Amino acid sequence: MFGYYLDLALRSLKRNKALTALMVLAIAVGIGASMTTLTVVHLLSGDPIPGKSSVLYFPQVDPENPALAEHTEPYPAMDYRSALDLWSAQRADRQAIVTSSPVKVRVPDSGQPPLMLSMLSTTADFFPMFEVPFQYGAGWSAQEDARHARVAVITADLNDKLFGGDNSVGRTLRVRDTDVRIVGVLKPWRPTPLFYDPWSQNFSRTEDVFAPFGSSLDINQGNFQAYTCWHVPEKVGDLRNSDCVWVWLWVELDSPAKVQAYGRFLAGYAEQQKAQGRFATGKEHVRLRDLMTWLTARGMVPDDVRLQAWLASAFLVICLFNAVGLLLAKFLRRSGEIGVRRALGASRRAIFSQCLVEAGLIGLLGGILGWLLTLAGLWLIRRQPVDYAHLAHLDTTMFLATFALAVAASLLAGLIPALRASRVVPSWQLKAL
Amino acid sequence: MQLRPIFSSLRHHKLTATLLVLQVAFTLAIVANASFMVVQRLQRMGTPSGVTEDELSMIRVEGIGKDDNHQARHLADLDALGRLPGVRSAVAIGPSLPFSGNINSYGACPSQEALERAIAASSLDHSGCLSIDTYAGSPGFVRTLGLQLIAGRDFTAGEYVTGDVSAVMLTQAAARRLFPGQEALGRMVYAGKQGSRVVGIVRDVMRPLLRGDGSDHEVMLWPQLPDGDSVTYLLRSAPQHRGRVLAAAAAALQRLDSRRLIPASGQRTFAQLRAHYFQRDRTMVGLLVAAGLGLLFVTVLGISGLANFWVQQRTRTIGIRRAIGATRVDILRYFQAENFLIVGGGVLLGMLLALALNLLLMSRYELPRLPLAYLPVGALALWLLGQLSVLAPALRASRVPPVVATRSV
Repeated sequence: MFGYYLDLALRSLKRNKALTALMVLAIAVGIGASMTTLTVVHLLSGDPIPGKSSVLYFPQVDPENPALAEHTEPYPAMDYRSALDLWSAQRADRQAIVTSSPVKVRVPDSGQPPLMLSMLSTTADFFPMFEVPFQYGAGWSAQEDARHARVAVITADLNDKLFGGDNSVGRTLRVRDTDVRIVGVLKPWRPTPLFYDPWSQNFSRTEDVFAPFGSSLDINQGNFQAYTCWHVPEKVGDLRNSDCVWVWLWVELDSPAKVQAYGRFLAGYAEQQKAQGRFATGKEHVRLRDLMTWLTARGMVPDDVRLQAWLASAFLVICLFNAVGLLLAKFLRRSGEIGVRRALGASRRAIFSQCLVEAGLIGLLGGILGWLLTLAGLWLIRRQPVDYAHLAHLDTTMFLATFALAVAASLLAGLIPALRASRVVPSWQLKAL
Repeated sequence: MQLRPIFSSLRHHKLTATLLVLQVAFTLAIVANASFMVVQRLQRMGTPSGVTEDELSMIRVEGIGKDDNHQARHLADLDALGRLPGVRSAVAIGPSLPFSGNINSYGACPSQEALERAIAASSLDHSGCLSIDTYAGSPGFVRTLGLQLIAGRDFTAGEYVTGDVSAVMLTQAAARRLFPGQEALGRMVYAGKQGSRVVGIVRDVMRPLLRGDGSDHEVMLWPQLPDGDSVTYLLRSAPQHRGRVLAAAAAALQRLDSRRLIPASGQRTFAQLRAHYFQRDRTMVGLLVAAGLGLLFVTVLGISGLANFWVQQRTRTIGIRRAIGATRVDILRYFQAENFLIVGGGVLLGMLLALALNLLLMSRYELPRLPLAYLPVGALALWLLGQLSVLAPALRASRVPPVVATRSV
């Protein structure tokens, strides 16, 4: 029966090509606009480390004292002392201090010009905690952290650029004025969003060079930038003993009990610092959010993108209104034909399903065109100079969702017209023939 | 023109008529809000910065060695830059500029007591202090930026230091906020550990990031010399020489010290800086305009599609009316009046929807209230579009010959 309905639907669509084209176009435009924006929202609100994100936590304390800015949330960064205190306590399963700075890098005696790159300063747990994939070698050890060892890990991109993609473990890199030994080369690694860095552009690349926190402070002193300060640092760029927030702490907590214990530990620390007069606020400004909660709190999806998604959905709704009206016109115009079919014994249900098959077919055609429009829309987004541009690709989920949405939308639009058509009274129509 | 027959015929097409009304209503609601947002964004993009935008370009130099004497380096660079043909003046500039997005802000207080009050309360509220953005640079930066001195004097050469400054300038807006109703010139401002004297007042200049809350011009200038591994030079030249001057500057700086990096991303005119800052607004304007036009287009398609269908469906009725004396104009007017009523219903509903949508947007995206003038304009536009899209089907209807009434009865 379905085949027969499909045949009928095709004949009907062919009969009035202009009207058919109009409906397909309306649905396609609506689908194209909404799928383009929904894909962007879907990509921007994705999980950067699926499977691991639920055990990663971002502790925040509020060291500002005195507070000269109005804020109710602690800063998305810590001062050196708080971070080092919390990190040294080793209360979590894993913990890493992280910060980023620009640095000049070259391969000594290579004749290549120096490059201005960015360096991530962190501690040993960073690599296992964030499941960073290695191509060659490995990260450094906690002992090397403690010794301020002159070692570094580089990204696959940088390895390609400097060493032509060879195994460069053991080679030397001159970072600013200090020679460091490469101990690891990453596989291509691009967490999206760049979750561990709360104030970078959210969808930018990782840093190029990774070095132990302590040694990179020695190497690149003066080039670290603060998120904010409440006293001007004594020496520009020397943030170690400054009243500035500029590093982030990440911890891994493998069980709810540990999360609770860590929360208590953080609150206790803040209260103790308040009692000592270093913090203005105690446990009320302490936060311990898991990764995805933190990303949401940070507002990962820009307002503009959200607004665009709303706009596109409204667009789709209006396109649907349009489709409903046109389908109604199309079906009711065939009242005579429907009357004959009814008189010959077709049930209401049969007429109803026939109409829905036709609507679904229109939806499918609209979906195909809408998919092409979505690809075009994403291509346009990729050409925009925004940090998430490179992400704008259609994945399988969204590809399938395009067609599902198109067919669902057209079936929804076809529901009322089909119901109307199935209620056509055969005797009236036969008399009018 | 009798409206009664139109109403009674619409009663037979309740569903279709309702659909059209809803479509028009939603279209009006969205288009009115979208055009409001477009106007808003355009206004934002047109915000004047307060500096001589079309004459300024910037060039960033990175990776000056750790042990170099930064100030001597800057002086040598500036000397070379100043002698380039076309350069009217060249200065080293601090991290912030209007629309640069780099904030270098401080809590600034009009007195020591206010500062202590703010510290005690851990808040700037009610202390008389305000969060102020600062622009800094090497001698001459105030004039190079094109800032107009209204009262007082420019910084003297001796006031330029790398650490805490003893003199500052305020914009008019900042002076008004810090010293309401008083003369700001000569007063002390407390922004750090020690106070600084206000030596000059300049015409308003924009903060590095727009806030849009009326405090956009609260800026302080101070004679703090840039001092770090990287530095940005600000060049002023005639607008048509900017490109040439930037290229010449990059070459000259590289000649002075080949070890330094002068990335292409760090060489740009102020116009490019502004374009970059408002990039998202531009994209949004494009999208909103496209969406608005698309919606109007779809609505026109819907109206004319249904009008066509109705004309076809009523061919016999039209024939009968023509046969018993209706003129072509009567038929034309009938369809036009019908469309007018339907769009009218949609427009009324749409105005309410537009206000509701505006309230929703206000609560979610900090959008201001929709000025009521947008509603009648939008209504008029939709009415016109409705009439336009019904014209062709209505003309076709008016050409139906009376003779069809006699066929197949």
